Amino acid sequence: MANPTKKEAPFTMDIFTAGLWKENPVFVMMLGLCPVLAVTNSVENSLAMGLASVFVLVCSNALVSALRDFIPKQVRITTYIIIIATFVTLVDYIIQAISLDLYNKLGAFIQLIVVNCLILGRAEAYASKNSFGKSVISALGMGLGFTLALVMLGGVRELLGAGQLLGYQVFSLDFEPWVVMILPPGGFIVLGSWLLLINYFEQRKTGKLIAEDAASHCTVSQSRGL
Amino acid sequence: MNPESLSFIFLNAFLINNFVLALFLGLCPFVGVSAKRDTAFNMGLATAFVMFVSSTCAYAINLVLTAYELEFLRLISYIALIASSVQLVEMILKKFSPALFRALGIFLPLITTNCAILGVALFQTSRGYDFLQSVSFSLGGGAGFGLAIVLMAGLREKLELSNLPNITQAAALSMMLAGILSLTFMGFAGLGTTA
Repeated sequence: MANPTKKEAPFTMDIFTAGLWKENPVFVMMLGLCPVLAVTNSVENSLAMGLASVFVLVCSNALVSALRDFIPKQVRITTYIIIIATFVTLVDYIIQAISLDLYNKLGAFIQLIVVNCLILGRAEAYASKNSFGKSVISALGMGLGFTLALVMLGGVRELLGAGQLLGYQVFSLDFEPWVVMILPPGGFIVLGSWLLLINYFEQRKTGKLIAEDAASHCTVSQSRGL
Repeated sequence: MNPESLSFIFLNAFLINNFVLALFLGLCPFVGVSAKRDTAFNMGLATAFVMFVSSTCAYAINLVLTAYELEFLRLISYIALIASSVQLVEMILKKFSPALFRALGIFLPLITTNCAILGVALFQTSRGYDFLQSVSFSLGGGAGFGLAIVLMAGLREKLELSNLPNITQAAALSMMLAGILSLTFMGFAGLGTTA
């Protein structure tokens, strides 16, 4: 898990925007993939899941950062997990109170936010080393980047899989929905396609569209595949 | 087949609703440790073992929590439980197979944040499985995870020998492969009465 920002860096907008796109947790760091694929069969679910994750991420990072001088090094991971689990339990009950329908759709995946590696990763790599304000801003950026990625996936899957966006009919009714997009394989394929597209534009920008040897791909995929 | 029967629960978790390919649980190790087949196999084994231990203990803890009406502590206790079982596996591996211990590296402690493990504990609670059903569910889930990760590693070993376009670097191609694998596994959906 890379620690992107320097420890003593001054407070800039970069802390916020890095998470949004340049170090997007899903497309660049490949963290927290399980909810990314599991709940993105519609925009509504993606948005709810994203916002729930933002809440947990911001709150837990704020607390971790505030307590960073009091947490003994040896038990820090356990402490982080318990802090995260507390906030997830909160979110779980909040969503249940707001919309039982949504709660049933997201199912166990709200509780599974606990084991979202993105949140623990940020707590360990950023919040435990940086000041309260910076941690909150960075967490907000990362969380919104995560939400953005979820919505990008959910948008494509709902559009192709049901011909709708946020429940509104986009294509005419005689459009034959690609049911596979809503089903599990669609999640993998849409995420794979987004990654291909992003890789393509990245490489066109840097002018590196020349074939490299296969060995370098593998090392890249291993170091990024977390 | 009777959906409550032990064999159906096993088969359901193993193939029909495979944890990785149908429920999207445990994707991080699935992408991260599937570069070599032996490592993948051992990872599958370690995960299956942790899954079995933690699911059994989770069943016991859930009984206690329900008896004292402390359900809101469920998530926290499950996580603590999983962390300790991972620690146990780590100690066993370090003692009996240091080579494997090194090969798994960072991914061993990361089993703690493998959603498949917590997923088993949460699903068995929400579906109200009894003890034997939980055992069969966790064994099926572990076997399914192992199967998926070994299949994936086999595919990726083949890919290493082929000449790929540059843009398929990082995880893009793994995702496409996983999509196709998942499509294949959908063929099992007809096996049971309930999907």
